[in-house]
Order: sequence, then C-alpha cells, then structure tokens
Amino acid sequence: MSDIKTEETIDKTSNGSPKPTSPNSDLKLDFASFWEYSPAPESSDFVEIDEKYNHFINGEFVEPVKGRYMKSINPATEEVLCEFAEGTSEDVDKAVKAARKAYEKTWSKLSGNERGKYIFRIARMIQERARELAIIESIDGGKPIRESRDVDVPLSAAYFFYYAGWADKLNYAFPGRKPKSLGVCGQIIPWNFPLLMLAWKIAPALATGNTVVLKPAESTPVTALKFAEICRDAGLPDGVVNIVTGAGQTGSEIVNHPDVNKIAFTGSTNVGKIIQKSLAGTDKKFTLELGGKGPNIVFEDAPLDQTVEGIVNAIFFNQGHVCCAGSRLLVQEGIAERLIQKLKDRMETLIVGDPLDKNTDIGAINSKAQFERIQNYLEIGVNEGAEIHQSSCQIPENGYFCRPTIFTNVSQSNRVVQEEIFGPVLTIQTFRTPDEAIEKANNTPYGLASGVWTDKGSKIFKVGQSVRSGVMWSNTYNKFDPTSPFGGYKESGIGREGGLHGLYPYIKF
Amino acid sequence: MADRLEVLKTYKTYVGGKFPRSESDRTYRVTDVKEKHIANACRCSRKDVRDAVLASRSAFGGWSARSAYNRGQVLYRIAEMLEGRKEQFIKELELAGVKEKDARAEVHTTIDRLIYFAGWTDKISQVFGTVNPVASAHFNFSSPDATGVVGIIAPDKSPLLSAISLIAPVIASGNSCVLLASETNPLPAVSFGEVLHASDVPGGVVNILTGYRNETVDTLSSHKDVNAVFNTIADRETRKLIDENASISVKRVTHYPAEDWFLDDHENPYLILEFMETKTTWHPVGI
Repeated sequence: MSDIKTEETIDKTSNGSPKPTSPNSDLKLDFASFWEYSPAPESSDFVEIDEKYNHFINGEFVEPVKGRYMKSINPATEEVLCEFAEGTSEDVDKAVKAARKAYEKTWSKLSGNERGKYIFRIARMIQERARELAIIESIDGGKPIRESRDVDVPLSAAYFFYYAGWADKLNYAFPGRKPKSLGVCGQIIPWNFPLLMLAWKIAPALATGNTVVLKPAESTPVTALKFAEICRDAGLPDGVVNIVTGAGQTGSEIVNHPDVNKIAFTGSTNVGKIIQKSLAGTDKKFTLELGGKGPNIVFEDAPLDQTVEGIVNAIFFNQGHVCCAGSRLLVQEGIAERLIQKLKDRMETLIVGDPLDKNTDIGAINSKAQFERIQNYLEIGVNEGAEIHQSSCQIPENGYFCRPTIFTNVSQSNRVVQEEIFGPVLTIQTFRTPDEAIEKANNTPYGLASGVWTDKGSKIFKVGQSVRSGVMWSNTYNKFDPTSPFGGYKESGIGREGGLHGLYPYIKF
Repeated sequence: MADRLEVLKTYKTYVGGKFPRSESDRTYRVTDVKEKHIANACRCSRKDVRDAVLASRSAFGGWSARSAYNRGQVLYRIAEMLEGRKEQFIKELELAGVKEKDARAEVHTTIDRLIYFAGWTDKISQVFGTVNPVASAHFNFSSPDATGVVGIIAPDKSPLLSAISLIAPVIASGNSCVLLASETNPLPAVSFGEVLHASDVPGGVVNILTGYRNETVDTLSSHKDVNAVFNTIADRETRKLIDENASISVKRVTHYPAEDWFLDDHENPYLILEFMETKTTWHPVGI
C-alpha cells in the first residue's frame, strides 16, 4: 500500500538535508479499509411533489394557455418526477402584464422599509422549509443532499436576508446619486443551483423595487414553484413575482417581450451571446453571468494537503456543474508529480452515487443531455492525445453518473482546456514561473473565477492582480456569500451579482 | 511687409505612440462650415482599426499596472500640456468656424475636465471598492479594475471637448483605447495626439483614428480583442450594429449620446465605472 521512500522521492530542504515528514506521509488515503460506509439516506417521505405544476402568475397557479406540459426527470433514477407547464408567448405575456401591473399599482409605491419586510419574510420562510427544499433540490437536480442542505438552501435564505436590508437603504449605496427602479425584470436561471440562482436574481430585484418574471431551467423547475408557494404564503402582493416554466423558447419570449425593462441571465456563454444579440438596439438593460474555465494555480510553496482538498472542492463540487469551477489546474513543475498522486489518491475516496445519501460526495449529472455532453468531451480529450484518469469507484447502474476525471498531458490549445465542460473533469497543466502561470491562466476567452495556492502573501496579490477574473479565491475555492460580488470579465459575462455591486444592475439614476 | 505664406500641417493619425498615415493611403477633405478646404485627413481603413487595437492591447498591461497615483499625474500632465498649447487648439477650432469665444470655452472646459478625471484615479477604488463581511472565516474585498481595450466612437459636436470627455474616464482607470474621431472635424483630436505624445502617456494607451464611421465602426465594435465600446452616436441603426457586434465576444457597451458636452454632468465617477470590472478576492482567516 505504501511506497518505500527512495532517495529521489525524499524532499530536500535548501541545504540539502531531507525535509522532516510525518511517518505516514506516503500512505495513500484509504478510508474504506478502516470502516465501510453504510447507506445514510435522507428521508424524503414528508416531501410532497405534485404530479403536475402550473405557472405562477399574478399570485396564483394557472394552467398554461396552450395546455402543453414538459417532464422533469430525477437524474439519479431516470424516472419522471413531475410534469410542469411549458410557457408560450401567451403565458409570458400574461406574466409580464401581471408584473407590470404589480409594479405600477403596488410594488413601486411601497416604501423601501415595507418592501424589505416582505423580503425578510421570504428569507425566513425559506429557512423554515429548508429541509424540504434541500431534498427537492437533490431529487430534481441530482446534487448531493449535503450540498443542497449546507450550501444551496441556507445561502438562498441568506441572499434574501441580505438584500431585504438594502431595500430602505438604497440612497446610501450610490454616492452622489438617487437610484430609481427599472420596472419589470425578466430573469432566466440555470439548472446547476436552481434555488440559489433564483435567490441571486429575485432578492436584489425586489429590494430595488422591481417586479419579476422568472423562468427556471427545464430540468430543475420544482424548487422555483415551491418558492412561488412561499411568495404566496408570505403575502407578497400579486404579480410581484411570477414564475413561468419552460425551455429555451420560453426564455426567448421573455427576452424579446417589449414590456420587459431588464434581462438577467445566468447560463452558457453561447446562449448569453444570443441573448445579447437579440437585445441589440433595444433600451433593455441586461446582466449576463456566463461560463468559465477557472484556472486553479498551485505554487510549490502551497500546503499540499489543503491544496488537494481545495482542488477537489474546486472541480468536483456539485458534479463540476459550476460556472466558476476550477477546471484547469496549473501546477508548478517541482511538485506536479506529488500533487497529482495525492489528488488521485484523494479521488479514490470520493463517493459517487445517490444524491440523497448524506455520505455522497458527487451526485448525479443533472440531465441526460449534460451527461452526453460530458462523455463527448471525455472522448474529445482522449482523441486529442490527453491522458485520462478516472477514480475506480462504483457508480449506480441507473441514472446519469460520471466518475471524477482528470486529464494530464494536455496543451493550452486542447479543446478540453479551452472549452467549458461543466462536469467533474479537470485538466492539469504545469508551469515553471509565475509569469507562465499567469499567461496560461489568462489564455481563454473566459474570466469568471480563479484560484491561487501559495504560502506567500505577496505572490497571492501579484497573481490576483494579473489574472483577469471577477473572483479570486486564494488558498480557498468555491466560496459564496451574499455580501460578496460575483461575476465575470471578458466572455464570462457582464455585471455583478451579490453585495452592494449586485444592486447596480437593477437601478437607474 | 507682405503676408508670410503659412506652413500647413499634414494631419495624420496617432497609433502606438507614432503618427502614421492610413495604411490605405486614402484621405478625405475636411472643410469648414462654408465648405472651404481646411485640410486632408486620413481616411482610415479596417486594417488601420485592427492595427490600432493591437497597439492598444499591447499598451494595456503596462498602463493598467501603473500605480493610480502615477496615472493621475500623467492625466494631469496632459492638462498641463494642453494649457500650454491652448492657442493652437483655439485656432484650430476657429478654422472650422467656431467663434473665438466658444473655442476658448471649449478648450478651457477640456483642460478642466482632464483635471477632474486626473483626480479620480486614486479615489475610485476607495469610493467604489468594498470590504465584504462574509459569514465564513474569510477576508473578502472587492475593487474596481480596468476592463481592457475600449473602442470610443466620438461625436461631431464639440470635437475636442467631446473626444477628451470620452478618453479621460476610460484611461483614468487603466484602460487603453482606440478613438474614432469626429468625422466632420477630426483635426483637434489628431492634434490632441501631439499633446498626448508630449505628456508621458505611454504609446498605445490612446490611439486616434480619423475617417468615415461607416468604414470603421463595424470593425472596431466586432473586433474580438476590444472589451468595451463607448458610443456617442444616437442613430438607431448604428446602435444596433454596435450592440450586435458586441455580442460576438460579450463586450460591454455604453451608449452615451449627448447634446451638450459643456455640462457638468459629464464629470462623474460613474463614467469611469462603466469601463471597470469588479474583482473580488477571498482569503481564509485563521492561524
């Protein structure tokens, strides 16, 4: 199990003597031989998911005008979870009209203080229904319950709580200016963090006095509809929040509706470009939160074990369905071999499987389409000559699962290095000098997030200044907070969400 | 004494700290309001735009890495140089038919506007940066950072003042830019290149092209190495073209049509912010 230390593998200090190491430093991580994990399923029997869901327009659940429905699949079982309405232009028009009416009649007339109180109520109700929402998020989207329970849902509540407090303090947010609301906001969100993305969108929009029409992704609509119940239960005035479900066509109806004042979109760069193009020549404001190919830079002086944990969190969090994922590892040459070995050992311990099991590290790939897309990239990587390594873990027979994967022997121009895969797939490149690391880090069209691992503070700031990305995680990765602005440079998007900066996209002067 | 025959100036462009002619060797006539010939200006081509973007990109890294204090001093230096040469610019505006009083006012406002933005370089991060009280054990801060290469499409009105009102907020934060000067009167903008050249502004930070917008706007706004477009042309068709081109590489676009460039409204930090990204840094707090 453990390799014998040879002369070459012993680390030397600068004066040539061997570095002190722990006697077990070469042991591979092998949790399973100490104990076996028993299944630890989260019970979901109290969660009610209806067979059929309708749009939430003007404070009530209404059937789609055209009567068409789509199916949401549980990606861990491939079984149909429920049906939901497919929004057409008629539905979108109804929703926009309701939002406009609510904007003019009630919401824009409320004082900031009263608006804030409604949003606080929503935050509280999300907390009250946290367990239910977490379970639904895992069933509908495939993410491990540990993540939906500890990250998605509590953070969603926190975003509402944070922005609720802004509603009556907006005059302090923009020095020298008096902010005004925009009107009706059309918001289109992705499937990777369904409820959390909803919170990122709706909370600042409401706090600044706007009303919204939001479309959740077609593979994960359920928590948005549960959120609609929360709006109803919180007594939010009718039409302030409208949820219209459907796929890309429904989204495009929202983007192109003439009475929408602002579009907020989170999703792929390709779709973002299409949206930006279709908004050309209009006066609609927009924010885009698009793709990424986050470089995660590891210097020789980084604490290796912590770094390995950070790398795992950067790329395998949420099955790698994270726009800011650290999907490109850049390792300084001297430690590359050891780091990669440690990473491989750590990957062996990751549990891939039932999203509802509390021990699961990596859940189900969100949809069949995404599963196929990832498989396709794995083939592309291999065909380009990259060396593939996957953990040897068992994966369930049914459902869409992907083993954690790394590609070594890749070059900067490889498609797996340049393009966003949006799955548990990491490419590894090496570098010698900090300049080379910075150059490689910046050499994609993206600029959303990046990571740097080093013990030296000055190096963190140098790299942080030079890497062009909206978020810079130093000695950490994939951390989110409502007070912290998030958003990309270059083709990763326009505008920021979160924090004081997240108010800008929803106001005018 | 007989009148001395005046030496006329050949107006060229300002790219990468040099004064090249258009690679196309084409020129067009610039006339005053009475159609009297003033000069031949370069009729820049698509290739000229691409060359200017390249120069601008090359200059971006160095300029954005300068300290805010240094950038402020450089901007102040531009104002100093302009002050020293203001009679030249007043004459140049008069040539195009602007009354002496108005020309003087335009040059004075231009100088003051430079001073205004020079002062912002080392304050913008303080006013618009934040330390974010995240719930986890991390230190987290956000600060504004230059977005990159900005394409500026200047209007015809107040050709000196408008051009500098657009350039100053863009370069104050560390961006570099390519300016498409006024089509009808590009001469003050070109002469302003000489001021820049004498003011410690690194070559390539500001690039000034002249010519027909219908030959240059398309290339500038679709160029993938341009990060943002600052447009003053109100015409719907032009706006749509720029927006559509911008979507090719997710450019930031600010449409900024203005009737009166003398207004104090043009002096505000939000114009600087239009061409800045917010960068947020996290670091764990612990022992």
